Amino acid sequence: MLQKLYDWVDERLDITPLWRDVADHEVPEHVNPAYHFSAFVYCFGGLTFFTIVIQILSGMFLTMYYVPDINNAWDSVYYLQNQVAYGVIVRGMHHWGASVTIVMVFLHTLRVFFTGAYKKPRELNWIVGVLLFFVILGLGFTGYLLPWDMKALFATKVGLDIAASFPFIGDWIKVLLQGSDIVGAQTLARFFAIHVFFLPAALLGLLAAHFLMIRRQGISGPL
Amino acid sequence: MHRGKGMKFVGDSRVPVKSRKFIPPKDYSEYPGKTEAFLPNFLLKEWMVGAVFLVGFMILTIADPAPLEKEADPTSSGYIPLPDWYFLFLYQLLKYPAASGQYKVIGTVLIPGLAAVALLAAPWLDRGLERRPIKRPIATLIMLLTFVSMIYLTWESTVSHNWEQAEQQGKIVQTVDFDKSDPGYKLFSQNCSSCHGENLEGAVGPSLIGKNLDPAMVKKMATQGGGQMPAGVFKGSDKDLDALAKFVSDVSKK
Repeated sequence: MLQKLYDWVDERLDITPLWRDVADHEVPEHVNPAYHFSAFVYCFGGLTFFTIVIQILSGMFLTMYYVPDINNAWDSVYYLQNQVAYGVIVRGMHHWGASVTIVMVFLHTLRVFFTGAYKKPRELNWIVGVLLFFVILGLGFTGYLLPWDMKALFATKVGLDIAASFPFIGDWIKVLLQGSDIVGAQTLARFFAIHVFFLPAALLGLLAAHFLMIRRQGISGPL
Repeated sequence: MHRGKGMKFVGDSRVPVKSRKFIPPKDYSEYPGKTEAFLPNFLLKEWMVGAVFLVGFMILTIADPAPLEKEADPTSSGYIPLPDWYFLFLYQLLKYPAASGQYKVIGTVLIPGLAAVALLAAPWLDRGLERRPIKRPIATLIMLLTFVSMIYLTWESTVSHNWEQAEQQGKIVQTVDFDKSDPGYKLFSQNCSSCHGENLEGAVGPSLIGKNLDPAMVKKMATQGGGQMPAGVFKGSDKDLDALAKFVSDVSKK
């Protein structure tokens, strides 16, 4: 039945080469922990992706309860944390998952650096990877404000003051992020939009480029 | 018809079939050793590792719920801010005289900017063909130094932070509405509020809200003390004591 359905679609759209390009490849021995346990360092990239999937899924569920408005933001998080069934777990996954993602990105970057895998011909993929790192830090910074509790507000004030110290365009950046003269309603709405729409869009685009390049070039050879 | 090969599409605008050849990724046969098919063999193992990782992650998540401080109050002064742990090294950097005050731009823009550009440009800064870390000591040393200094700065910022005060300043304070004209409240503010707070929210002594206290228990604590509380705090008549106990007990049950 499934085979017939597949054949029906394949006959019309020729989808076999699409997934074969992605799925049909050999995994070399030097990155396979089943043969050399020390090759677990090559798992960090995959685990980073796994934690990003956790972040996207848990974040989608959080938006079902979260209200990006200064009157209700904290109350919606408090309600989610204390009243909603499993809300504390979903919020916990998003909160701790953010830290785990940063740790995994860090480990993955260090692995790529110390195995010299960023060298020719993989320079472009390294650049995309570093940009992904910055996007993920941006997600961490914007997400910190959203619960609208004391530490969120005051840490964001410090962060925006740091942005404002940028020569020449500092004040402009601050106003762009802050939306008004104070960290308030506009800021929360902007950080929500950046955290939920702008940065995830950039993240997914960069991830697609990252993976396409890996498939194109293969994993770097053994040291 | 043979699947996936030589099909004609109506109005096909794509490149001709013969130039549509798939360029396979680099072949690993030049490296000695055992390769493994990605699908399904290796992917299945990856999923098993992922499942173990997920179990560990969920245990940590459930064991330690995400923190939530009290609702943001922009008028509050004296709150000591602390960013998430992965920004602590930047935050600490700004505390050094050479990177703060009039030199602030060094700590906020120059050093992080240089690090970011150097990271982006790593393939062009380190152009040698050698890949082993030991064979390219400069790149390895710079990265190790950066890494160690980030750990050091993070550590320094956690040592200098007042964690007890941080916990107090963000605590969610439970409040209840009660009648402040109640005679019991007058007695409370004379005898108890210096330790238990004007609104029973707690200060030096613990909060009394939500404690569900029995009047007899309140009387016993107010006269004989217990725990951290000294004896003989309440000064007044037995009638006053009854009124106080009733008031505290009622509010503690709200």
